[in-house]
Amino acid sequence: MDRKQLQYQVACMRKSLFDQGYLDEQFNQLEDLQDEANPNFVEEVVTLFYSDSSRFIHNIEQAMINKPNIDYGKLDDYMHQFKGSSSSFGAKKVKKECSQFRECCSAGNIEGCIKTFRQLKARACHFEEEAGNILSAGKTSWNR
Amino acid sequence: MGSNSVVSNRRMPEKMNCFDLSPNSNSDSEAEEVHVLAVDDSLVDRKVIERLLKISSCKVTAVDSGWRALKLLGLLDDEEEDKSSSSSSDGFEGLKVDLIITDYWMPGMTGYELLKKIKESSSFREIPVVIMSSENVMTRIDRCLEEGAEEFIVKPVKLSDVTRLRDYYMATREIRSAESGINVNKRKLQESFDVSTASSSPSSSSASPPSLFSSPAPCSPSSLDSPTRRPKMTSLDHILI
Repeated sequence: MDRKQLQYQVACMRKSLFDQGYLDEQFNQLEDLQDEANPNFVEEVVTLFYSDSSRFIHNIEQAMINKPNIDYGKLDDYMHQFKGSSSSFGAKKVKKECSQFRECCSAGNIEGCIKTFRQLKARACHFEEEAGNILSAGKTSWNR
Repeated sequence: MGSNSVVSNRRMPEKMNCFDLSPNSNSDSEAEEVHVLAVDDSLVDRKVIERLLKISSCKVTAVDSGWRALKLLGLLDDEEEDKSSSSSSDGFEGLKVDLIITDYWMPGMTGYELLKKIKESSSFREIPVVIMSSENVMTRIDRCLEEGAEEFIVKPVKLSDVTRLRDYYMATREIRSAESGINVNKRKLQESFDVSTASSSPSSSSASPPSLFSSPAPCSPSSLDSPTRRPKMTSLDHILI
């Protein structure tokens, strides 16, 4: 595949993430922060988002393992962090799932929490996969 | 363009007392960048705020916790009591910063707790502290402002927020630097000003504290980008009062 085709493919994949609602305008803001002096900024932020997400997901899973004795306050705190991180990143769908999870938390609805959490994990994984494809497809820094 | 709610502490100008020898105001600071200490446990947020600050020509030190921030400032030493009672930071190796911007919710020590510790320190309480939060909770905002936070910014933080903060703190730092040069004379003037009525204006200089901070001078917070300073009340799902 020549460079132009590759660029086109990468552009389509990127657009798809916006169209599917995985990314919002906040992510555009991050793209705007990338320049020639910092050509890898977006890629670095994406990588950090993976790290943040993994940490939060792990913490939440650990906090939900003992079903009868769930500390909803702690769960809410973890999800608050995840929501903040996803908000700064522009991960729209993930952020929405975080909000829904917190609603279930405040209602003490563990089944709702579990269901929402599963969706959240799926969305985070899907995004990770697609963003990873974009980054590796281009083998260059993230470009618009 | 989305704007974040930015609520300013209207009492802030009163704290910018030209008679205080702020550890960060010195005659060399005018030419220096604004040094910001950014505190956030999120990797993404730290990266983003760091980039925003650097683009705005600020020097940045970014840490992941309130404890680390206090340690850098030199507020976690055993001699904390002695140091905090000294009038200047000379003599110990704490980081010198012009502004602290911290996330509200962090594990261990919250941004609010960090704010309190800074405001309890005689060496650092004059440093402006800005709180960031992903949620627009009025009680939280009020609590922070009452504790002495200068601003409360709802995340995601935008470049316009940062450049506005930088411009404001550059302006106020220049004022403090200019005024510290005539500190002794100003003290005498202030004493006579306090004794007499307010109408006996000591000088026509715009550096006179009452006129500077009570009037909407160019550097006053109220005149800077006022639309973004109103609390954003549109996203009701974010209000958890």
